[in-house]
Amino acid sequence: MKYWRRPLDLDKVCLPRAEVRIIEERCKGCNYCVTYCPRNVLVTGEKFNSKGYYPPHVKNQDECASCGLCQMICPEFAIYHIVQRPEVAEQSV
Amino acid sequence: MIDEQVLDGLHPMDKLLRADRIPHIWCPGCGIGTVVYSFLSALIKSGLDLDKVAVVSGIGCTGRAAGYINLDSFHTTHGRALPFATGLKLGNPELKVVVFSGDGDLISIGGNHFIHAARRNMDIAVICVNNFTYGMTGGQLGPTTPIRAKTTTSPYGNTEHPFNLPYLAAASGAVYVARWTSLDARRTERAIGEALAKKGFSFVEVIAPCPTLYGNMNKMKTGLDQMRFYEENSVIRHGAEPKDVDITLNGQIIVGKFVDIEKPTYLDLRDNIGSIV
Ligand SMILES: Cc1ncc(C[n+]2csc(CCOP(=O)(O)OP(=O)(O)O)c2C)c(N)n1
Ligand code: SF4
Ligand code: SF4
Ligand code: SF4
Ligand SMILES: [Mg+2]
Repeated sequence: MKYWRRPLDLDKVCLPRAEVRIIEERCKGCNYCVTYCPRNVLVTGEKFNSKGYYPPHVKNQDECASCGLCQMICPEFAIYHIVQRPEVAEQSV
Repeated sequence: MIDEQVLDGLHPMDKLLRADRIPHIWCPGCGIGTVVYSFLSALIKSGLDLDKVAVVSGIGCTGRAAGYINLDSFHTTHGRALPFATGLKLGNPELKVVVFSGDGDLISIGGNHFIHAARRNMDIAVICVNNFTYGMTGGQLGPTTPIRAKTTTSPYGNTEHPFNLPYLAAASGAVYVARWTSLDARRTERAIGEALAKKGFSFVEVIAPCPTLYGNMNKMKTGLDQMRFYEENSVIRHGAEPKDVDITLNGQIIVGKFVDIEKPTYLDLRDNIGSIV
């Protein structure tokens, strides 16, 4: 992440992080997760599943802020996030 | 946290779902699944003893929810979720009884049960998924269909006045009334949490897409079209007068918490009959 000035508490702030997982066979391709992820982590995938729906693809894993919205908004219980140990902001500058 | 989720490779909500029945039958983009997630998530956060929670649904696409939730869940006959839930509560007052059903089931065929359960302040939390139509039977006009909306039984547009559900619930006696859309998954979760914690008849209306029927007939062919409509047209107004929150076809959807009051419940009154003056 880029900062326009170096925050004074940069060594104390922790960025929440998560890994996003998709259960492709459950997905029905509604695109809610792709549209509403606030960090544009997801894109519509290019491969279809056995029912012909296009599950999302995790394009920018590193951008995921562990907000959990994709998991909440998915009507199919097809996407979830695994919270990772937070990263000290300073290391990601 | 990490290990528990990764080990089985399943979705974290699978522990409260009958996961062998997932994928569920709901159409792509149908909002019911999102509301089920918000509900289950609220249940987990509520700290309630889940062995003492009962979920009751009636008939309809929304009514199928009972069949996917891995708690004591009951799929009752059409319109009768509330009388069934009332019986459960009276038979075993220790239970936290939740009704999860559709606008048609709760307000059309079950409308009379709804007003009387609210009037008695029966200790039940009601979650109503309002998709403005009878989804399961082919998208007919229902008691919440907005004026001018097209349905399979109003192909030229609806000419009947709809119910304003928060107003109906509040006027009938509900002690907690809120409305959100399924897009507001987190706020829906919070509202359901408050409804679960409330003693008495609490009511949460969740507006949700039915892309296959309602959306398709009203120029919103995908669930995403309907979600974008909510995004652009819903306005948060906590404490709004319930009579002012009626819904029109293309107008604003007022969301928020409208009623949160205290009042003795049916059981409070029954058990203290001697001391009432
Ligand atoms: C006694 C009776 N009358 C009519 C029906 C047909 N029926 C099944 S579901 C339904 C309406 C469901 O609408 P709603 O509760 O809004 O659920 P949705 O499918 O929209 O989620 C009707 C009329 C029935 N099953 N039983
Ligand atoms: S957890 Fe939040 S930031 Fe991460 S992918 Fe899901 S919606 Fe995007
Ligand atoms: S929200 Fe769920 S069903 Fe919809 S595209 Fe994303 S993973 Fe698939
Ligand atoms: S018909 Fe409508 S309410 Fe029923 S599952 Fe399909 S989208 Fe959902
Ligand atoms: Mg309905």
